[in-house]
Amino acid sequence: MTTDAALNADVIGKRNEHLYFALRNPKVVIGLSIVLGLLLLGLIGPLFLSSSPTAYVGPKSEAPSADYWFGTTVHGRDVFVQFAHGLRSSYLVGFLGGGIAFVIGLTIGFTAGYRGGLTDEFLNMLTNVVLVLPALVVLIVISSYMEVRGVVTQGVIIGLFSWPWVARAVRAQTFTLRNRDYVDLARLTGKRSPQIVVREVMPNMASYLLMSMILLFGGAILFASMLDFIGLGPTNAVSLGTMMQQSMAWAAIHLGLWWWFVPPGLAITAIVGALYITNVGLDEVFNPKLREM
Amino acid sequence: MGRYFRRKLLIYGVTFFIAVTINFAIPRLMPGDPVARMLNRHSVSNSESAAALRTYFEDVFGFDVPLWQQYLNYWTALLQGDLGVSVFAFPSPVSSVVLDALPYTIGLLVPAILLSWIVGNGLGAMAARSKWLDNSVLPLGYLLTAVPYMWLAILLVWSGGVLLDWFPAARGYSLSMQPNLSWAFFVDLVHHWFLPFLSLFIVALGGWAIGMRNLVIYELESDYSNYLQALGAPRRLVRRYAFRNAMLPQISGLALQLGVVVGGALVTEVVFAYPGLGSLLLNAINNQDFFLLQGILLFIVIGVLLFNFLADVAFVLVDPRTRLGLEGGQS
Amino acid sequence: MALEVEDLRVHYRTLRGDVRALDGVSFGLADGEIMGLAGESGCGKTTLGKSLIRLDGRMRHVGGRAVLDGGELPIADDKAMNRRRYRDVSIIPQYSMSAMNPTRKIGKLTADLLRAKGESFRELRPELVRRLELVGLSEQVLDNYPIELSGGMKQRMVMVLSTLLDPSLLIADEVTSALDVSNQKAVAETLVRFRELGFVKSMVVVTHDLSLVYQIADSIMIMYAGRIVEKGPADTIINAPRHPYTRALIEALPEVGLEYGDRRLKSIPGKPPQLLNPPTGCRFRDRCELAHDRCIEDPPAVDLAPDHTASCWKVVD
Repeated sequence: MTTDAALNADVIGKRNEHLYFALRNPKVVIGLSIVLGLLLLGLIGPLFLSSSPTAYVGPKSEAPSADYWFGTTVHGRDVFVQFAHGLRSSYLVGFLGGGIAFVIGLTIGFTAGYRGGLTDEFLNMLTNVVLVLPALVVLIVISSYMEVRGVVTQGVIIGLFSWPWVARAVRAQTFTLRNRDYVDLARLTGKRSPQIVVREVMPNMASYLLMSMILLFGGAILFASMLDFIGLGPTNAVSLGTMMQQSMAWAAIHLGLWWWFVPPGLAITAIVGALYITNVGLDEVFNPKLREM
Repeated sequence: MGRYFRRKLLIYGVTFFIAVTINFAIPRLMPGDPVARMLNRHSVSNSESAAALRTYFEDVFGFDVPLWQQYLNYWTALLQGDLGVSVFAFPSPVSSVVLDALPYTIGLLVPAILLSWIVGNGLGAMAARSKWLDNSVLPLGYLLTAVPYMWLAILLVWSGGVLLDWFPAARGYSLSMQPNLSWAFFVDLVHHWFLPFLSLFIVALGGWAIGMRNLVIYELESDYSNYLQALGAPRRLVRRYAFRNAMLPQISGLALQLGVVVGGALVTEVVFAYPGLGSLLLNAINNQDFFLLQGILLFIVIGVLLFNFLADVAFVLVDPRTRLGLEGGQS
Repeated sequence: MALEVEDLRVHYRTLRGDVRALDGVSFGLADGEIMGLAGESGCGKTTLGKSLIRLDGRMRHVGGRAVLDGGELPIADDKAMNRRRYRDVSIIPQYSMSAMNPTRKIGKLTADLLRAKGESFRELRPELVRRLELVGLSEQVLDNYPIELSGGMKQRMVMVLSTLLDPSLLIADEVTSALDVSNQKAVAETLVRFRELGFVKSMVVVTHDLSLVYQIADSIMIMYAGRIVEKGPADTIINAPRHPYTRALIEALPEVGLEYGDRRLKSIPGKPPQLLNPPTGCRFRDRCELAHDRCIEDPPAVDLAPDHTASCWKVVD
């Protein structure tokens, strides 16, 4: 009982320490501010904007002004309204695609690494196959057969194809962790495998898992934008990728309507870039060796 | 070494098998009738060939025989090189339509991949050497890997093709030209090739630079580097070893990143209306040309697998650990 | 004296401040002397070993000096130190298993290193082969990659490589900790043989295994919390230690402790002080059974015999 309490206190202390250093790491602070700022815009923005992203609100092809912050499209749609709605879709795809990939990768990686043997052989093979499969092209083929596409389905299919590298890394880490003394001890006391994985193995790679989740999130957003751009975006919603696709389709480049295609791409770059920078910062937080340099 | 290659080949075989099975299964699993959709789209524009198409499609899909028979027939046709007939380029077979577009994509991809790999590795290794360079290479590298391929392509078309008008904004060669072996055509080709190439090159560069930087730093902290330094070996020798060893994971990374870069090439081609697989893919999607779509997927999968195999061979040639079949073999 | 160390101070830099890993260390090492350097982990023994050949990134030379064969070692100056490394001071690292570049053949690696030090591999090759045979390795290994060698072979290869230029001082850093018992003994005997054959003049054997070092060392030096507590001939330290810490350490040993008959093994209660802000006076006093008022002041290093010193107020009396 007492040792348990002591251990808990130790874990909490460590968490606080990580939080302390995270909030003082400029990379983490700047990266998270950008990500959360844009998320806020995507969440709250549409609530305050009265018009729908597909409504024809005003003059056609107008440059940014006080009335239309990001200007209007060829058809007179408000680019800022589209932008705010597009952010929403991008984050949703990121959460769904990244989340699903994370869960699959984690499950497969833990099972393969913890079970070993034939299970591992099979799962490792599966991982390697999905890893070499050119995911975007497979996603394109699948999406093109779907007549109705939503942000949610897009997130799901992206998740189904972007888990392999997480599975691979988790498997390798589990391999090294599963023979540690405390895992043996847990096994001897008769705990069941899933319990051991969740209680003993997972906490020891928590920092790594957090960082892979961030990378998957960014990867899903990039993936979705490419699908959208090729014309396989959600049929019922506006996304940052479909904005770029529409601007290309209506020759915005040649008409010089830069306010139509610059913001969506810039937002994706900012979100994904900020996620990467956050990750570098978190690496410094979790890895005291880097911190003290 | 034998085990290493057997394993790799097995993986590639299974991958190919799965890719073909996906191709076979998706049209049959998705709700709706693909034949009707294809005809629907097509009969509007070309009523003459509609009848021929209908019989052809019904024959190819062969919905009247049991599923396993359809599957076997599918493989038989595939192994005979029959990928079906393109709908939007009717009556050209899919394989010839794809083969026409393939050189453009390869011409774009291979130089972009190899050059970004070489330059990125160089930059990364230099960044690992100097604090000053590191502070500029690292953020820039992360920024570049975060840029969506098509967005950089759009920016390049807009700046280099429209605003400055230094390069053509679209197509693989001028409309006024016919493909031939003349010098003038070659110059025209390169002129059109440059911007899409540059776009792919720049986006891919960042990832390699960051990867190399991290790997070199890791190697410089490794035991053998420490030992050499303790024995007073000059920085130069230690760096040379670290650089060489850091190259190894980058070679297998080359194969792993290929899928992503191929995706990047497809959307980049779409932006530049470059006559490669990307533009073909867009046409196939817009025309609901499912045979063409499947054909493109199959060609890309084969290309990726071939390239992976080449990378494996290169890896074995440079890494004694894999060659000796002891530890370090990455499966 | 081959090596003379005076009041050496080396600190570790951390965010919270300097950790005084070496806090005023002085000792001498005679020509041909093999000295065992022992203590609990964190006592500064590895730091001392590293200070004599190469400070790692976070270590800072704060004061004191080390003189080898009449010339001062430029501890703080990495570049100047490079000229002394390998030729004058060499090391057999703790990580012998991974000390050689895994992707380079051992012969090529040796040639690269020698060329970089301005030596000719071709001229040294016969001597290298002779020494390899001495430790039971064939010339063949030069054509192997490190992974083709067993752990014991790698260890011997590194020993030969490290001493090829006949250094005056060799630092052996926990060389036996990764090996099984039979290999440990072989390695220890090889170290002695290297000294007898003149491959190295004197040696500092950093270890936590007192019983092993007892078999090969002429003298043993015990460190505690960044300072030296006792140095003397190996026999004296093991059989008649004077410092309370050394005594406690010896009593904690099973092998050597056998001489005490049926007395139970004792572990030392408590922890060493942290070295960020070390307490004044004797650093062992919180754990010492004999501690008294005087221990609040720094104890002097008392010469008990010409080659036996201990830093404790108790031995003064």
